[in-house]
Amino acid sequence: MRSNGYAVEVENLTRIFGDFKAVNDISFQVEKGEIFGFLGANGAGKTTTIRMLCGLLLPSSGQATVAGFDIYKEYEKIKQHIGYMSQKFSLYEDLTVRENIEFYGGVYGLSRKEISDRTKELLDYLNLNQQADHLTKSLPVGWKQRLALSTALLHNPPIIFLDEPTSGVDPVSRRNFWLLIYELVEQGKTVFVTTHFMDEAEYCHRLSIMKDGRIEAMGKPRELKIKYSADNLNDVFLKAVQGGAANE
Amino acid sequence: MNKTLSSIIKKEFRHILRDKQTLIIIFLMPVMMLILFGYAINLEMQNIKTAIVDNSKTPQSRDFIEKIISVNFFRIVSVDPDYNNLESLFQMRQANCIVVIPYDFARKLDHQPQTKVQLLIDASDPNAANYINNYLNMVANLYNLDHNDFVIQPLSVEPRLLYNPDMKSAYFFVPGLIAVIILLICALLTSIAIVREKENGTLEQILVSPVKPIHIIIGKVLPYMMIGFLMGLMILVIGHFWFGVPVAGSVVLLNLMMILYVVTGLSFGLLISTITKSQQIAMMATLVVTILPTIMLSGFIFPIASMPLPLQFVSRLIPATHFLEIIRSIMLKGVGISELYKQAGALALISLVLLGVSMKKFSTHLE
Repeated sequence: MRSNGYAVEVENLTRIFGDFKAVNDISFQVEKGEIFGFLGANGAGKTTTIRMLCGLLLPSSGQATVAGFDIYKEYEKIKQHIGYMSQKFSLYEDLTVRENIEFYGGVYGLSRKEISDRTKELLDYLNLNQQADHLTKSLPVGWKQRLALSTALLHNPPIIFLDEPTSGVDPVSRRNFWLLIYELVEQGKTVFVTTHFMDEAEYCHRLSIMKDGRIEAMGKPRELKIKYSADNLNDVFLKAVQGGAANE
Repeated sequence: MNKTLSSIIKKEFRHILRDKQTLIIIFLMPVMMLILFGYAINLEMQNIKTAIVDNSKTPQSRDFIEKIISVNFFRIVSVDPDYNNLESLFQMRQANCIVVIPYDFARKLDHQPQTKVQLLIDASDPNAANYINNYLNMVANLYNLDHNDFVIQPLSVEPRLLYNPDMKSAYFFVPGLIAVIILLICALLTSIAIVREKENGTLEQILVSPVKPIHIIIGKVLPYMMIGFLMGLMILVIGHFWFGVPVAGSVVLLNLMMILYVVTGLSFGLLISTITKSQQIAMMATLVVTILPTIMLSGFIFPIASMPLPLQFVSRLIPATHFLEIIRSIMLKGVGISELYKQAGALALISLVLLGVSMKKFSTHLE
């Protein structure tokens, strides 16, 4: 990783689809080891931003680096350094738990030995030993999410992008999922997460609230509450989105 | 082998083997298509429904009718129908042709140099009309020869039919069907292979990994190549043992060519897969771009030489055109590679172009 020490650095990033500005001139930095939350209604531009940072989508203009690598020229290097989990469960449902882990291990070029070690480790950790040879589609949603996250981490990336990882998951599973995220941060990883659950927003170190492709507000949850003189993040969010930050 | 590539291949095989339903369709559909088409498409004509109006009622006319019956081609369905209402026989589809023997038939035969018998043909099927006309002329010749030993024939054509002496349609159609079926199934197989991953969102997960497009493409083609080859081999065996189409040339060469053609079909599907967004559209597109041109323009039924020039050019771009020439030549004529390298080269070229474009289209970026 290079110089400045930011895990993610974004400057004037813009993405236009036709005449629709999905992401409109946003800038921010994410520190190493922090949980950076991206809040916003559907269609605010969260997913588009994440996709650009993961090398799935080319920006229309602006600059960004991930793990110190330029998103235009060095996306192949970025891919080695990030883990990504999309809102849709994206493991193969017709493969078993073990086969999914083996596949992604192979895709990231892990050796046979590494794969079998990591598989064992993961199955123990996720408590999935009994289901290891069951088809993935038979797992409950909460477990699927945890499995998906774990496979996205097989190659031990320093930065992890999670795009609405807990949509459609029950509260208990959501809590378990966030315990997992905290463990990752304790290991020194950076987590970049989008969500529209306000209770999850509280777990983030820093937040940015998006509306119509722009960042309306950014800061620590506590700071934001003071700034918007609100008791909870829900009110902060509503005030920010309804133009309360227009004078910022 | 490359670790990433082998993981993808292994995964594809698991998808294929686990989806029993699709697997059954892959192997059952070609068999059913071959057997159905193999029996339905038949250009040999028999049992032409024939009505005879015998106005003469003489030994001579009965002799002529005997001759007509003796040829298997005609089947007499009506004798002396209402002369004023002959056309209704055609309209009711009761007859394909009507032979009218004039009342002065016997007298003219004896006293005049030429005697005419009228033949009415339902020419709404021009091909059949042609056959009927030829056959009845043949019967007339037979009759002439029987009744006049002094006919002088200064010139006669002595035909000898090579490669398909019994003129069996199956020899012509079965290799053609094999070409159509292989292309269709192979293109279908890969056409949904990548779109399915787009729809399920699994492609995104692969695209954020350091996998290169070439790995994904090869990883998809190799497993399906085996399936496609096994399927092709199976219909070849059916064509040979069930429909009795010979394999005059090298079986090894035939199989090698089939593998090449399978790859062409898979590349076709792959290209469709990279540019479409849903499985349904991919399948529809595959059906349209493979079946229609293959059946109409490849020489499967209609000879390429009689097409207008622009279409002849188009037919060169259709993989089946080249494979048809290859498979017919090997199966029927026993031709070797030295006569077929052009066609093989064309197939290889088409495959390379298709794969190249797919690879290019299949950018590592989603949009």
